[in-house]
Formats: sequence, C-alpha cells, structure tokens
Amino acid sequence: MKLLIKGGRIVDPASRIDGIFDILIEKGKIVDIKSNIGTQSAKSINASNLIVSPGFIDMHVHLREPGQEDKETIRTGSLAAAKGGFTSIACMPNTIPVNDNQGVTKFILSEAKKNTSVNVFPIAAITKDQKGEELTDMADLKNAGAVAFSDDGQPVYDSQTMRHALEYSKLLNFLIIDHCEDKNLSRNGVMHEGYYSYLFGLKGIPSSSEDAIVARNIILAEKADARIHLAHLSTKLSVELIQNAKKKGIKVTTEVTPHHMFLNDSDLKTYDTNLKVNPPIRSNKDSKALIEAVKDGIIDVFVTDHAPHTPDEKTVEFNEAPFGINGLETAVSLILDRLVNKKIISLEKFIEMISLKPAHILGLENKGKICVGADADLTILDINKEIVVDVNKFESKSRNNPFHGWKLKGSPVMTIVGGKVVYPF
Amino acid sequence: MAFNHKHLLGIEHLSDFDIMTVLNTAESFLEISTREVKKVPILRGKTIINLYFEPSTRTRSSFELAAKRLSADITNFSKLNSSTVKGETLKDTVLNLEAMKADAIVVRHSCAGAPYFISTFCTSHIINAGDGAHEHPTQALLDAFTIRQEKKKIKGLKVVIVGDILHSRVARSNIFLLKKLRANIVLVAPPGLIPEELKRLGVNIDYNLDRALEGADVIMMLRIQMERQEKNFFPSIREYRNLFSLTEERFRRANKNAIIMHPGPINRGVEISADLADSVKSVILKQVENGVAVRMAVLYLLLGGKEREITD
Repeated sequence: MKLLIKGGRIVDPASRIDGIFDILIEKGKIVDIKSNIGTQSAKSINASNLIVSPGFIDMHVHLREPGQEDKETIRTGSLAAAKGGFTSIACMPNTIPVNDNQGVTKFILSEAKKNTSVNVFPIAAITKDQKGEELTDMADLKNAGAVAFSDDGQPVYDSQTMRHALEYSKLLNFLIIDHCEDKNLSRNGVMHEGYYSYLFGLKGIPSSSEDAIVARNIILAEKADARIHLAHLSTKLSVELIQNAKKKGIKVTTEVTPHHMFLNDSDLKTYDTNLKVNPPIRSNKDSKALIEAVKDGIIDVFVTDHAPHTPDEKTVEFNEAPFGINGLETAVSLILDRLVNKKIISLEKFIEMISLKPAHILGLENKGKICVGADADLTILDINKEIVVDVNKFESKSRNNPFHGWKLKGSPVMTIVGGKVVYPF
Repeated sequence: MAFNHKHLLGIEHLSDFDIMTVLNTAESFLEISTREVKKVPILRGKTIINLYFEPSTRTRSSFELAAKRLSADITNFSKLNSSTVKGETLKDTVLNLEAMKADAIVVRHSCAGAPYFISTFCTSHIINAGDGAHEHPTQALLDAFTIRQEKKKIKGLKVVIVGDILHSRVARSNIFLLKKLRANIVLVAPPGLIPEELKRLGVNIDYNLDRALEGADVIMMLRIQMERQEKNFFPSIREYRNLFSLTEERFRRANKNAIIMHPGPINRGVEISADLADSVKSVILKQVENGVAVRMAVLYLLLGGKEREITD
C-alpha cells in the first residue's frame, strides 16, 4: 500500500529543505518527494497548512517494562510516544531486572515488535546491575540491539570504571550516556538547593552535584578520546563546561528536557510531587541558561526523560515521592509554544534537535531526515493548534505531569512510522 | 472574621495584621490559665485531633491544654515511624481520622510541606505544629507574644538568632514573623548552617557571636539538632561551644535589658550556660506559659466562628 502525503510544508534540516512538497511512501520508505505527485493508487493524506517533519526521536524515556508494569508498559509508553509525535524512543535500562544482558534487550525488542507501532530502541546498562563495578558485555548487547549504554539514574561513580567504559566504547563506537550526579553532594536532597529550598525547608540538591561529574566526564572523555553523551542537563555551570569542551573539540553531546527549561524552583511552593524530578527543577538563572544554550547550539537534543509513576506513589509527602515526570505527551507542544511560536528558535532548529541530531547521535542512519530512501517515519505538526494539557487523557498509564491545565499553541497531529499512520489511533 | 484563614500552615503567608490579631487575641486568653477554674466554654462541642508523626512533648501538651481550656474535645494520635515503615499512607491516616468528624487537625510531621499536602484533601482546619525544616508557626507567634510582653514593642528591636538555622523551622517562622513586624534580625552560626541565600529575606548574617551580640535586645538560642545533622557542619561540640555558646561573659555585650529566649528543649552547657538559662534574663519558661494562650487564640480564631472584639 502506497501512502501519499499531499501539500504539507516539509521542513527537513538534513537537506535544508523548507517548502511545500508531496511525499510518496512505499514499503516503509520514502520513494519520491516533489510537487504535485499524481495520486496513482496511493492512499492520500491532506497535509495542507501542516508541517511535515522527519519523525521525532526521544532518546531518553523509561518504559518500566519488565518489572514495573503498574507504572507503564512498553505498549502504553509507545502509545504515549505516538500521541506525543515521537516515531522512535530509546528506553533506559533501569528495569527490573536491569537491561544488562542480551536476554532483557531481546525481551524489550520482541515485546515492542508485538505490541507497539513506534520504534523502540533499548539502551543497555554500562555496568552489571547498574552497580558501577563490572562492565556489561557491550559488543554482545549491541549485537542484540542496544543503541547506547547508560547506568541511567546511577552515575558511573567510580572514575576508573568510567574511564574503562569510555576506552572500551571505541571498540565499536558505542555511545556512553551518563547521568551526572555526585551522590554525596545530593544525598537526601529532594529539590534544587537554593533560596527556595531554604524557604520551603526541603533538603537541597546542589548544582555542584551535577557540575562536578559533568567536569569529570569531560576530562575522562578527552583523555580517552571517546564520545560521551551527558543526560538531562540542568545547570548553568554545566552548560559553560560543555561549551568549553566543545570548543576544544572534545566529543561531548548533551540533551535538555522541557521541564528544566520551562519551570523553576519557585514553582515548588505547593509541594506538588509532580515537580519532584532528578536532576531537580533548578533556578530561574539555570532555566534561562539552558534556553540560551539551546539557541547557541551548546545543547544538542531535546528529550523528555519520560518517567512514569503511579498516582498512589506520587500522592504522598514530598520527601517520600519518587523522582520523575511523565513527559512524552506534552514535550512537543511545550517546546512549540515556548520556543518556536515565541520565535526563540526556528522550526528548523527545533526539528534538528528532536529528530536529526538524536538520530545522528544514536547512529540511526535512515532516520531523522526526509529524503528518498529514508525510513518513512514522519511527524506532522499543526503549529497553530491550541491545546490544554489534560493528564486524564494521557495514553501513558501514569499521570505525573506538572503541566496539567497549561494552554499551549502548537501540537503534533499525525505520527507515521514505517509508512503507517500510528496516530491518530 | 478578623482572621480570614482556613488553616494555619505557616507564617510566610500571614499579614502583619493577621499576626497582631493572633497576639491580641492571645492577650485576652492569658488570664484564663490563671483562674481557679481554667476553662471557658468557647469551643465546647468541637473536636480536635492532635496528630504527631514526630516526637513532641511541649507542643503537644500545649495544644492539648489550649484545647481543653476552651472546652474542645481533643485526642492525641502518634505515628512516629511513618516515613520509614511502609504501610498506610499519610493521606489514608488523615482521612480515617477525619472520618471521625474532626473539626481541626493539629499536625507535626518530619517532612516539610506535609501539613500543606494534608490541606489539599482535607476539609477540617489544619494547624501546622512543625513540619520538617519548614515552619513552626505557633512557636513564632508565642515568641513574638513574649517579646512584645517583655519589650512592649517589636519594631526596631535587634534580634539575634543563634544556632542551627539550616535545619530549624523555628528560625524560619521567626524570621518571617519578625521581618513582617520590622525587627532587625542577625543570624549567627557556623557558615555551613546559615544559607547565604536567606539574606534575600532581609536578615544579616554574622559568624562571630561576640560581634553580633553588641546592642542585641533579644537573643534567641537554638538547639543543635543532632538528629538532623550530617557530619562536619562543624568539627566538634567542644569547638561549637567555644564559638557559639551563650555565656555570661558574652551576654554582657548585649543591651542591658536584653532577654534570652529558647524554643526548647535546651542542651544545658552546649548552646547556653546553665546559669544563664536559669537567670532572670531568661524568658524560656514564659515562652512555654504564653504558648498555651497563643494556641488558644489560634484554635479560637480558626474554629470559633464568632466575631470577637479585638482589644489593642
């Protein structure tokens, strides 16, 4: 079955194309791009007044399966992704058991194949059981389908272990992702340390807990001449450290979430546990620096760090609640509203950071671009559509999202994966 | 109603007028506790639950007596290991208690924000009796009441607060309250125990107790909260005592009529010398006495429902 997408504005950062064209899709691939393709036998989709983008890729999500299916499953997480405009998601290894062997990697892939319509790419652990001690069998895991390696919420704490992981990563050009946190500095912390943590009487997580490990990782990556991707950047100094590292040619890339850009620590005055996340929502100064870093190209990628938790787990004292924000279904509208429609970044820049660059960093060669021969993964946007965030309409199993009730302009309206429309469902 | 709040969750969101309303109301209740029959029927038929997730003797007894002197029915409920032992959630515990038709719940909890959290799903009046390192509003109100009683004013006084500011809810509530009533506040402690950011609240910070005490009108000593301490905020109790203990000699630097306050429990010989704690300069027991009247005022203003003449 052929699919023809007619009359949309195609924005493709890879080819620098921005114009009205038709796209013809056959057998999951893009086979033609030009004006006024004749309908032939294809099913036709009218995309006039809409933006047609290469499919969005979220390289930082938590699908919770296996092990915590009460929070999310591979299926529900993928539905949330499709609704949120994502055609591909990379899932972190902090499942139960941890994705540190090819058995778990293959389980995730086979569940995804059976139950989902978006592409699911497992990220495996750097060390066995995320303990920071012994490296996993990385080549074996890559063979099984792992696209990157990370100990997720557990930073690789032992610097020697991180050094070995980075050196070994050069064997097959593995991507090492680190969550940068000095756990001694952040111990027992529940929010950003600063004026508001003192005001609210909550134990703080200082910026230095991130900055110190960002600096260490940059130093180790330079020494090993290996690449490293630093997860969910949250502080101003981390931005400066990465800017400096990039200037020196060190192979560091990084990502940012909507909640770190669009919220700040004063918002925690209601002790809303949906705002409890790690790294914490930081000060106004930090969130501004993150947006500047997006504009300046210091930050490479937008991610959600989608971290579903059940309402029961979040309906407790602030100290007792788990860290995490459910982000797949709000990220695109948030960024369109706050950055694109406010003309802080261009649409092309946005698409580059949510499609082309993550594809490039993860080594997904046929994704992140619209060209003949590329995978027919497309996200269609209505940049003017006004929405109100309603967590009760989420496809995700969980509801822990602090943007409930926000009015936003700009929304994904159709998600196409491998030439099939996967959203609207 | 002069006091237009459903709950008392903290001082931060009260106006100076609200604070004066509580203090003036407490003034009129002070005398009740000196009567032969220490009881008035103002809150007869009201039910109050005194809910403690953290140990307390002073505050709990004070609320209990305040309620009883207003003829309310009060029952104590303690659940001391809630945060570590899995089981019933805070929400379920409170909903169960509320189902017994409580009019007000007085709550102490080790987690900052717990009373606020309770107020989001509860229909009763919530009174914060101390939440983590956040606020202890009735302590600040009784402190202000005591200062006003002793000094006849609060505005313009130099108040020195000494000790573990970082972990102290008493310090936070007092800073909020005394700034609203325009006192001058100096915080004194080892650097790690005073966040510099608190200067944004308009307080001064000094690491030198001797210097800070010059011209002080009120000296508020805080306990070092060993149960909340991590290691190494200061090297040892010995060194802390040498630098930050209030001694007779140091006290001479303060104004002649300076008063010494402490929210209790005191560690004699650590933050304050035993002699000073027992001296006429100390108003520590007055604070405790006034606490009952202030808590009567708070219960009355939240639960009383009737307009009451405020005498200034």
